[in-house]
Amino acid sequence: MAALINVPPKAKRGDIIEIKTLMSHIMETGFRRTAAGDLVPRDIITSFTCRYNGSEIFRADLFPAISANPYLSFFTIAKDSGKFEFEWIGDNGFSATASASITVE
Amino acid sequence: MILVRAIAVAALLASPLRAGEIPQEARRSGTTFMGPDTRAMQDDDTANPGMLFVLDGEALWNKKAGSADKACADCHGDARDSMKGVAARYPVFDKTLNRPVTIEQRINLERTQHQQATAFPYESRDLLALTAFVANQSRGVAITAGDDPEAKPFVEQGRALFMQREGQLNLACANCHDENFDKHLAGSPVTQAQPTGYPEYRLEWQTLGSLERRLRSCMAGVRAQAYDYGAPELVALELYLMSRARGMKIETPAVRP
Repeated sequence: MAALINVPPKAKRGDIIEIKTLMSHIMETGFRRTAAGDLVPRDIITSFTCRYNGSEIFRADLFPAISANPYLSFFTIAKDSGKFEFEWIGDNGFSATASASITVE
Repeated sequence: MILVRAIAVAALLASPLRAGEIPQEARRSGTTFMGPDTRAMQDDDTANPGMLFVLDGEALWNKKAGSADKACADCHGDARDSMKGVAARYPVFDKTLNRPVTIEQRINLERTQHQQATAFPYESRDLLALTAFVANQSRGVAITAGDDPEAKPFVEQGRALFMQREGQLNLACANCHDENFDKHLAGSPVTQAQPTGYPEYRLEWQTLGSLERRLRSCMAGVRAQAYDYGAPELVALELYLMSRARGMKIETPAVRP
C-alpha cells in the first residue's frame, strides 16, 4: 500500500518540526450495506505509531468515522539525526510501515 | 404570489441558451471555486490523496502483465518523457476504430492488444491509478483536445448533448455550467465544469474518480437516465468538455470537495 510521508530533511537542534503522513486505505466503516442489504464488513486502520530513533513519540487510535486515506500530522522537537519509523495496523491483518530520515545540526 | 413565482420559474426555464462559450480569459478551473483548505490539500503532493493513486499507477506502469509479459515501460520507457502532454490531447480520434477514445479506453486497448491482458473494469482502482499516473505527467500542460479535424463531428455531438435538456428536472448541462456557474446550488458553488484535473479525488467520494463518473452523477442529479460507462455519448461529452477547456492547464490529480 502506498504511503506519503513529509518530514523535513534538515532541522536545527531544538526546532519544532511538523510531520505529515498520508496512508492509502479504504476505511470501510462497517455500517454500510450493499444493494442486496448485506452489511459490508468493517475494514479500517485501528492504530498508528511513530518512533523517533526507536522511542515512541506519537500514537493514535483510529475509528470508523475517520475518512478514507487517513492524513495525520503532528509536531515534535528535532533532537538528533536519525530515523522516523511509522506503522499502521488495522483490520484483516493490515500492517504497513514507512520510514524517513532527518539530519539535525 | 404563487402565480408570480410560477411565471418566474417558467421564464427561467424558457430563457434561451446563451450563444457562444465562456471566453478564454473568463475560464476558471474548479480550483478557483474552492476554499483555501481544499486548495492547500491539492497543492501539497504529500497531502493530496490523489498522489497515492499516482504512486500505485507508477508501480503498475513498471509491472509486467498479460501473456505478452510486457510492462507499459517496456515499450513507452520513462513516462515522464513519453507521457508528457498526452492527457492534454485526450480524448483523441482513433483511425482504426473510427471514433474518439479516452485515456482509460486507450489503456485498456493497449492492455488487450499489446500486453494480451484482460481490460481493467471502469472505475476500478487499477484503471484509475494508471490513468492518474499518465495524466499526472501532463500537469501544467495546456489542453489542446479536439483540434483534430476528424474529431470535430464528435465535438459537435458532445456540444449538442451539453446543450440538450434532459431528465425530470429538464435541465441541460449548459443551464448550470454556462449560465449560472457563478451561483450556488445548495450551498456549493456550481462551477464552470472545466475538466482540468481528472481523474480527481473527490472528498465526497472518498476516492479517485473519472470524468465519466462525474458526468453520470450530474445526470442522476437532474433525474435523467445516465449513460453507461464508455458509452459514445459520454466520450463525446468528455471530448467537448476538454475542447471547451482549451488552453487551461492540466491539474491531475485534482482535489474537489
